[in-house]
Amino acid sequence: MAVGIIGYGAHIPRRRIKVEEIAKVWGADAPSFKKGLELLQKSVPALDEDTITLSVEAARNALARAGIDPKDIGAVYIGSESHPYAVKPSGTTVAEAIGATPDCHCADFEFACKAGSEGMFVAYGLVKAGLIKYGLGVGADTSQGAPGDALEYSAAAGAAAFIMGADDNLMIATIDETYAFMTDTPDFWRREHQFYPSHGGRFTGEPAYFRTVTGAVTGLLDKTGLKPGDFKYAVFHQPNGKFPKRAAKLLGFSFEQIEVGRLVPLLGNTYSGSSPLGLTAVLDVADPGDRILMCSYGSGAGSDVFVFTVGDRVRKAREMAPKTRWLLDENVKYVEYGEYAKLRRKIRLAEK
Amino acid sequence: MRDVAVIGVGMQKWGELWAKSTRDIFVESALLAMDDAGVDTLGAMYVGSMAPGLFADQEHLGSVMADYLGQKLIPSTRVESACASGGLAFRLACMDVASGMHDVVLAGGVEKMTDIGGGDATHALASAADMKWEAVHGVTFPGLYAMMAVAHMAKYGTTREQLAHVAVKNHYNGSMNSRAQFPMKITVEGVINSVKVADPLNILDCSPITDGAAAAIVVPADMVKDFKKAGVKVIGTGHATDTIALHDREDLTTLAAVSASAEQAYKMSGKGPRDLDFVEVHDCFTIAEIIVSESLGLFERGKGGPAAEAGDTGLEGRTPINPSGGLKSKGHPVGATGVAQIVEITEQLRGEAGKRQIKNARVALAQNMGGSGGSSVVHILEVM
Amino acid sequence: MPPARSWRTYPQGYMLEAARCKKCGKTFFPPRLVCNKCQGREFERFNMQRTGKVVTHTVIRTPSDEFSGEAPFAVGVIEMDDGPRLTSQIVDVSFDEVKIGMPVKLEFRRLSSEGDAGIINYGHKAVPART
Repeated sequence: MAVGIIGYGAHIPRRRIKVEEIAKVWGADAPSFKKGLELLQKSVPALDEDTITLSVEAARNALARAGIDPKDIGAVYIGSESHPYAVKPSGTTVAEAIGATPDCHCADFEFACKAGSEGMFVAYGLVKAGLIKYGLGVGADTSQGAPGDALEYSAAAGAAAFIMGADDNLMIATIDETYAFMTDTPDFWRREHQFYPSHGGRFTGEPAYFRTVTGAVTGLLDKTGLKPGDFKYAVFHQPNGKFPKRAAKLLGFSFEQIEVGRLVPLLGNTYSGSSPLGLTAVLDVADPGDRILMCSYGSGAGSDVFVFTVGDRVRKAREMAPKTRWLLDENVKYVEYGEYAKLRRKIRLAEK
Repeated sequence: MRDVAVIGVGMQKWGELWAKSTRDIFVESALLAMDDAGVDTLGAMYVGSMAPGLFADQEHLGSVMADYLGQKLIPSTRVESACASGGLAFRLACMDVASGMHDVVLAGGVEKMTDIGGGDATHALASAADMKWEAVHGVTFPGLYAMMAVAHMAKYGTTREQLAHVAVKNHYNGSMNSRAQFPMKITVEGVINSVKVADPLNILDCSPITDGAAAAIVVPADMVKDFKKAGVKVIGTGHATDTIALHDREDLTTLAAVSASAEQAYKMSGKGPRDLDFVEVHDCFTIAEIIVSESLGLFERGKGGPAAEAGDTGLEGRTPINPSGGLKSKGHPVGATGVAQIVEITEQLRGEAGKRQIKNARVALAQNMGGSGGSSVVHILEVM
Repeated sequence: MPPARSWRTYPQGYMLEAARCKKCGKTFFPPRLVCNKCQGREFERFNMQRTGKVVTHTVIRTPSDEFSGEAPFAVGVIEMDDGPRLTSQIVDVSFDEVKIGMPVKLEFRRLSSEGDAGIINYGHKAVPART
């Protein structure tokens, strides 16, 4: 029984801030940031957008592509490091808003930037086990970077949703293989009650991101016997523009394989939405038969890897909801740092 | 049913009355009305107040006001219909006397609005809208009337300047009213350039936040001769409601409750729009006066704006509107407004209105509105 | 807002549940118990499509305290393609772009929150419909 994606959807806030706008506030050198991180701008959520609202919109787009009765969704998993509540699930609101309640399993996941692929992973597993008919996995974030910190240039907002199922007639892309890799590597964290996350600076690179991503993909290739050349597309977690390019190079993937799904220069790092959003952009253009590799990364640290094979229905399904590159450009409004600081609640307001 | 008349009215100067509480304000105006009538005991009273709990942390105003007015054990009722609370209190007082239940009944209205901040006051006022399906989206009262203005401008070509003329005229009238909160004269340019509140309405298109009260004494018409001053007969009354939410009305450019309440009063009195020597209407916003003037039948649909611009509604115009200065200049302590309209009409019909006196005025209409037109109360009064 | 007050209307707030009078066909959002056109009391419930057009609009520049951080914002009366009208903010739009007749779609958004510690109220806001 082939199990895979029967519906996918994306959602991206419409506001953007340019790297130059952030750099000028902190006296940083914008050209070196743009070159060093390969970032031009990032998405900024409005005051009324959060992980729940972005997840609902992405999930509705996935439902539009799946064309199924939402009551048949047996599991809703929202992966995020910016759930609006510390206690109270995001998933309950999302499930209610798409009409999947009450006959449904629900959980919120958190694993830094890997939480979205976890939701996909578990939803896929439950469908494959025959426990549920369809499962929804969403990766969404409205992530924060401390003012002036390197992360402020990249921490962005967006969501991607995937409905997993086993109906051959609905199949957009089968999941042929998965692999997970994790170790205890504290490269990025946020303690309870802290507003901004902390990170280990350059420690986030070699011993964390690169060791984990290369370890995960190598493990998958060993498990399957596949080679980089067997994939038409590859999507790596993209905390900035440079990391996925270097990971691809280390693993023997070409720039052409990763470029379609590398949204980060225009979008920023959407954390739990990062590699899942990249995958939606690939599905928007892939041809039936194309093989896709997706490798997430979550600090802490771990990666989930998937091998997809695109099905015939992709051509029809992709037209039933907005495409990701279109969302990236639609009605974009650039904000200045002052408005950005207000929208991201970085301004201390009077107590009420 | 007995014919009824107003035999006494009272109203103190309105404004930001920092030193006075809700009960102080009410009792002062009530005593003025009782003194005007020459009575010191009441058979019953009706107290119009929209939201004393939200504005001043006090409910149960029927008892509070009877107690502090020294009226022991009488029936005293608080009446609420948002900003039409005062007009409705007056109507119920008239019905009470007309029924034969009581002979001397006080109709009063009061609101103490300045104890809370402007944002909280905006919230309290918004509770006259549909809190669940309108206010929850951040729409305010200026916002609701602004949306009517946008629709009216689109349908009839009503202009920004025409709206301003309403405010200019009402402030001119109010400049001759010693009890007005904002008796200053203003200009069309001043209105158009004032601070934006809800496009296209600016601050000078909006009635203010006000502390104030007003009171009237209602008696059977055949008892008027027993009192020291002239009575004014209530010859028509009407009251109608409409959908609470603006968005549920098919036509956003008219106010159906105003037309329906006016029809009742016209029918009861045998008078029509052409018989009115002047009117006091609910100009909570400039656009409200224009739409109300059309819904009352004073002008054809879409002609309210041009009429305001042409001066037809000024003191010397065809149908003077709001010689008191209206809510705009006089102030708008929401629960008191409807009663204050009766005060103005009574004084005008008695010839006591001073510099703003309308010559030979014999018949006048008061129109008081709740919410975005969710309720409307109309009265027609005539000299005896 | 106490949690129960928004919770009890989640079907309308989250799914745009409306009702159609079985007697005269008039549609209502939110659903009602009595039709105000024919006094009918039997209704068929349905979830509205999230598309409509602007009937009238304004820009709120002086909000209540609850919305003070968001002003100025556009608000409009929206006529849904399924019939009922509702009030909604119109967001992600420049104010001069908002016109009577403008097609919109409704997106899921935060409507308000009870301070930093209370519950968050979700619902829909209109955005310009583009394809």
